[in-house]
Amino acid sequence: MANALAEQGKWRDLDKLLARPGNIVGHGFEHSPTLREEIGEYVRVLVVGAGGLGCELLKDLAFSGFKNIDVIDMDTIEVSNLNRQFLFRLQDVGKSKAEVAAKRVMERVSGVTIVPHFCRIEDKGLEFYNDFNIIVLGLDSIEARSYINSVACSFLEYDCDDKPIPETIKPMVDGGTEGFKGHARVILPGTTPCFECNIWLFPPQVKFPLCTLAETPRTAAHCIEYAHLIKWGEAHNGKAFDADDPEHMQWVYSEALKRAELFGITGVTYSLTQGVVKNIIPAIASTNAIISAACALEALKIVSGCSKNLSNYLTYNGLEGTHIKVTDFVRDMDCLVCGPGTLIELDTSVTLSQFIELLGEHPNLYLLKPSVTYRGNNLYMQSPPVLEEMTRSNLHLPLFDLMGKVPKDIINVSGTTEKDGKKTSCLRKLRVVFKGVVGGSTDMDIARSS
Amino acid sequence: MINLFKIKGQKREDAANANGRAPVKKQSAGELRLHKDIGELNLPKTTSISFPNGKDDLMNFEISIRPDEGYYQGGTFIFTFQVSPSYPHEPPKVKCKTKVYHPNIDLEGNVCLNILREDWKPVLNINTVIYGLNLLFTQPNDEDPLNHDAAAVLRDNPKLFESNVRRAMAGGYVGQIYFPRCA
Repeated sequence: MANALAEQGKWRDLDKLLARPGNIVGHGFEHSPTLREEIGEYVRVLVVGAGGLGCELLKDLAFSGFKNIDVIDMDTIEVSNLNRQFLFRLQDVGKSKAEVAAKRVMERVSGVTIVPHFCRIEDKGLEFYNDFNIIVLGLDSIEARSYINSVACSFLEYDCDDKPIPETIKPMVDGGTEGFKGHARVILPGTTPCFECNIWLFPPQVKFPLCTLAETPRTAAHCIEYAHLIKWGEAHNGKAFDADDPEHMQWVYSEALKRAELFGITGVTYSLTQGVVKNIIPAIASTNAIISAACALEALKIVSGCSKNLSNYLTYNGLEGTHIKVTDFVRDMDCLVCGPGTLIELDTSVTLSQFIELLGEHPNLYLLKPSVTYRGNNLYMQSPPVLEEMTRSNLHLPLFDLMGKVPKDIINVSGTTEKDGKKTSCLRKLRVVFKGVVGGSTDMDIARSS
Repeated sequence: MINLFKIKGQKREDAANANGRAPVKKQSAGELRLHKDIGELNLPKTTSISFPNGKDDLMNFEISIRPDEGYYQGGTFIFTFQVSPSYPHEPPKVKCKTKVYHPNIDLEGNVCLNILREDWKPVLNINTVIYGLNLLFTQPNDEDPLNHDAAAVLRDNPKLFESNVRRAMAGGYVGQIYFPRCA
């Protein structure tokens, strides 16, 4: 009896959002006393990363009614994590973050199943990611985000009117933190900008000129980078530097110290060495808690419709007070990752060179001197001469054969086009569909008529 | 909002029936952008390019520069390019494979070129990097040296610099360092 009451009490606030009607609910929201249970039973969510954001996310999602959670992280626990990755203790150092995090949350929240995956995100196949209804990211690098974004957007399909097909939309919530700053964004492929659409927002990484490092260092960071980039190569001919190997790091630290002494520079410490070499900014718990709370709330809203989604990019700055701003970014319709591209219907007999001619005349494209690439195979390259020679033999082959006889797929072309009287170079995504092939045009015609 | 009723009704069979083919990963945006840069390469006559891993691996290639003027006329210098998946947000990694007596290239092959590090912008491309590398040979400069001995000689005694370069390219010693023939 006491347990049942406690259970009800725990979910009281959540049920207020899910079991009652409201004025700022999402489009199509249907409140129901069983909505929380349905979310728990049917929705599968993937948390990418079990670090600063990941730990908070697992807790927040478990308390938000999600019961089928997977978490993936390739790292092991380090002492420096313990100030904010609260699911870990000193005796857990060295163990898999995903496994320990999953275990701890399951111990504290009854009814939740968390499946840990101790591996790289690239080690999982596309079917793994396709099984989830929503993916929440707690990553720490551009490369990892780019990868997951391209995976999620690869599921997206468009109909013949260039509208995204709802069943193929894989929603993502992406969070990131750096010191006192953080962001949370909602990515609905085909509707909101994807990660690649706005990637130009990122400022360039700080890089020092090699000659400054070699000749005129002025700061502790210069000395460290000299040891890391120049001295390492000289002293360890051929051996790659491993930032996670403490012996390598120690070597760089002592060399940096020697150089600093030579130039009368102070401030080289072991922790600064790690920070500069690995590009680390000290992390604090409050930023992670705030951002993951925003992310978990968005995940709940997307799955239930209980309120309007964040639209679509939230930035947080806690340096002086707490400042939050939400910006509504727009998609890049030419985005190579999430854009619809241009639909092109072809006969299976069309050769590559006929296809290239077609591109020059196509009203959306007017593409001149195109180079064509398909799934990593360069079908034809205009330049340089050595590649043109290597690919020239493909020109008289049917495009259908060159694409492995698939009924439809994405192909990318680059070339020059004219815009406002000026010639510009461009990269275009094409949705090629072959007529008369099962799974190609015929299916679309049937869909249209019904 | 995810349609929960659709999720409830949808089982694995649905996904399996949909296309009959497993989803396959497409090329990353970085690879596509590189494909465009390579497809538009406009190499000067001093430069040639080769792809050691064949036409489908554009991320690792070599260029060979044969300057036709200046101190390094007649020499052949090979550079390797390694393009990361984060291109164009990260510059390509370029190293000189030919041992050369040059104020801006050290004996390990590190190249001091601003656009390869602090001045790289995603709007630059492979053409601009190749142009910059060519400039290194026609306009070596002593102001930001990686090889400070060579830089000092260029600054104080250009005639000696010229003869050091010739000797290095022909195969010989400059000071204590031996340079294999590259001319």
